[in-house]
Amino acid sequence: MKTNLNYLFTVLLVVLFFNCKNNKEQQQVEPSNTTVETATDKRQGQAFIEDDGSAPNVLQIAIGSKDHTTLVAAVQAANLENALVNAGPLMVFAPTNEAFAALPEGTVENLLKPENKDALANILKHHVTPGNYSKDFLKKFKKLGQANNQSVTVEVKGDDVFIGGAKIIASVPAGNGIVHIVDKVILPN
Amino acid sequence: MKNIFKLSIGFLMAAVAFTSCNDQKSGQSGALRSSNAEKVYVAPGEHDSHYAFISGGYSGNLTVYGLPSGRMFKEIPVFSQFPTNGYGYSEETKPMLETSYGFIPWDDSHHPDISQTNGKLDGRWIFINGNNTPRIARISLTSFETEEIIEVPNSAGNHSSSFITENTEYVVAGTRFSVPIPQRDMAIKEYKGNFKGALSFISVDPEHGHMDIKFQVLMPGFNYDLSHPGRGKSHGWFFFTTYNTEEANTLLEVNASQNDKDFIAAINWKKIEEYVNNGGGTMMPANYAHNVYDEATHNATSTMKKEVRVVNPAEVPGAVYLLPTPKSPHGCDVDPTGEYIVGNGKLSANLTVHSFTKMLDAIENKKFDGDAYGIPILKFEDVLAGSVEQPGLGPLHTEFDGKGNAYTTFFISSEVVKWKLGTWEVIDRKPTYYSVGHLTIPGGNSREPFGKYMFAMNKITKDRYLPTGPEMEHSAQLYDISGDKMELILDFPTHGEPHYAAAIPAEIIKNNSRKIYRLAENQHAKKATSDADTKVVRDGKNVHVYMTMIRSHFSPDNIEGVKVGDKVFFHITNLEQDFDVPHGFAMIGANNAELLVTPGQTRTLTWEPKQVGVWPFYCTDFCSALHQEMQGYVRVSPANSNIELSWGLGEE
Repeated sequence: MKTNLNYLFTVLLVVLFFNCKNNKEQQQVEPSNTTVETATDKRQGQAFIEDDGSAPNVLQIAIGSKDHTTLVAAVQAANLENALVNAGPLMVFAPTNEAFAALPEGTVENLLKPENKDALANILKHHVTPGNYSKDFLKKFKKLGQANNQSVTVEVKGDDVFIGGAKIIASVPAGNGIVHIVDKVILPN
Repeated sequence: MKNIFKLSIGFLMAAVAFTSCNDQKSGQSGALRSSNAEKVYVAPGEHDSHYAFISGGYSGNLTVYGLPSGRMFKEIPVFSQFPTNGYGYSEETKPMLETSYGFIPWDDSHHPDISQTNGKLDGRWIFINGNNTPRIARISLTSFETEEIIEVPNSAGNHSSSFITENTEYVVAGTRFSVPIPQRDMAIKEYKGNFKGALSFISVDPEHGHMDIKFQVLMPGFNYDLSHPGRGKSHGWFFFTTYNTEEANTLLEVNASQNDKDFIAAINWKKIEEYVNNGGGTMMPANYAHNVYDEATHNATSTMKKEVRVVNPAEVPGAVYLLPTPKSPHGCDVDPTGEYIVGNGKLSANLTVHSFTKMLDAIENKKFDGDAYGIPILKFEDVLAGSVEQPGLGPLHTEFDGKGNAYTTFFISSEVVKWKLGTWEVIDRKPTYYSVGHLTIPGGNSREPFGKYMFAMNKITKDRYLPTGPEMEHSAQLYDISGDKMELILDFPTHGEPHYAAAIPAEIIKNNSRKIYRLAENQHAKKATSDADTKVVRDGKNVHVYMTMIRSHFSPDNIEGVKVGDKVFFHITNLEQDFDVPHGFAMIGANNAELLVTPGQTRTLTWEPKQVGVWPFYCTDFCSALHQEMQGYVRVSPANSNIELSWGLGEE
């Protein structure tokens, strides 16, 4: 019993100190201005506001979809959460897990590496248009200007609409735009 | 016992651990936070170092803030009726809101800019544009009141306004919407080639500030979004961003985004001024209001002007050029040296920077890439100074610190990015909360910015403050930009929707601020400067009350002989000659507003009594220990009553 008590106190103290250390680190990070992107920049912003009342935004829709876990992981790896919750309006072409899986083996794993963050962000931004158009309305376009400064083609084949070669298979309206689920990853030039 | 001892030691150590932890925590954050706190803390009774004049957007007004505290000092009514002081309700100020469409009680105020001498802020006046019913207002930075409003004919959506040339020669107003000029009944789909965009150069009288439209350049039917003057070497030029160079008239979000590049229009206004001074241009019939407030008579007058001089740019060779600029540029900003013209393509991920020197060279060597309606288009590569590659998403506006750095806002990625002129490298980026529109550095539109503070004006607030229902005031963030890295030091709410702000070191204007109006200089036709002047005069159904107010009574305060169906004009003069002792006047059942009358001023409120009875009026501004005694009565008799007019003060 004695030993147990001692053990308990040791654990307690370690935990306290550990918490303390964590607190200290968090406190230090906030006012730090030495790095261009601090840890707090990643965790602050509109993406992290709790709001159960509003219609879900494009990010929340992606997070809530079991077919888009790869996309969500990629968005998080590229720190693009805040860009997707903006007033926009934003039109996101969201490739399914299957679409990512169809890429050559190792592509996704490679892109998720920290050193490839910029390349990943470029690919993801190639799936985002400032706009909010239904699939039918998109038939009016020949091309769309994407957030990575490149454009994608819009092709109509029968009832189907293809964006940069990827077919729109479903559409979900969002609080800040629309998510079109597509069957391919749209690769930038 | 041993157990208890060990237990105590344990608790003690735990307590020490907690304490030291807390100490560390508060020590860390305390020190760092207090240094930010010290940067924005203005002790009670101390003054801020800068004024910030923040546009009110859909409030139609202009708000005055202090920096670095973020405290709001005043809302200056400009384009909107303001029941708080009776602006736009009193007989003296109603003419300020007259237009060719009649009396308009509201507008959408956008881009304030402070007057300049030799490219430096001189702090005499501030100008702001009304966007919806195109107008430009001039506000005195002595009285902090709107002194003049001129309507801009041939314009619609007065957005690329109101920016000042470096000696306040002109305040410039460009149209966002192109329209038929002159207006006429025609099919909308005939827009292309037929609509025109008017860029108005409004001269400013150097002594009184009075505005007069010198000329309007009738440009092709693009949308003219924002503008800024050349300065230093580029003084004499003015630059306007354009979008919808496709000249679409429907679904612009698709049809105006077809061209990879739109233009920045470069206007050599000195050349056009010379052309006009030599009789160039055409006087065309027009109809627009010019409203001027006279401080001596305390009265505004509205005059309708009937013609305006227009210039066809194709007829003035060498005066207008188009600089291709990617993807629907929004902000159009010129650096303090006048060399760089920044066009932020809002659908582009890059920032485009043009060189004024290269532009002159391209003009000289005729490096043209065709023309638009006879206006030469310069070759993009030959005017490009450089571009900032992918600094963020949704670039809007750029300001400068005078130390070779530029600061650009990004709406979609919610950040301000600091970058270096000439090398185009990104130096720093800081998030804003959230979705930033404009930003301001004091003197940011001048040759000499005061690069200590920068504030970002955000469109979206969400969780930054305590929630106040679905509608929130917008949030602004103040950054210390004196170091290499921007440092966020304060959040503060703004009123209405700020579109741009102009800020200035306080010492330039604070000593000019007016304290009172001299009663001896009051030239109001219906003033009463002593009890001897007070009277009530009937003119048919109109009853004129010549009234005074002083701590703590109105004179007269008992009035009889007013009848239902009369129109009563209370002409009230504040006899105080003491700083910051305004009196208010409120009449029960008045269908307009109150009056707030500053010392030495005369204001008139109109009241149309509808019911028989004895009706009180009172002072609304707590003026004195006997404020609650400052009141009076008007007896209203039936329309057919024979009761004669009578009035008095203190008569039993």
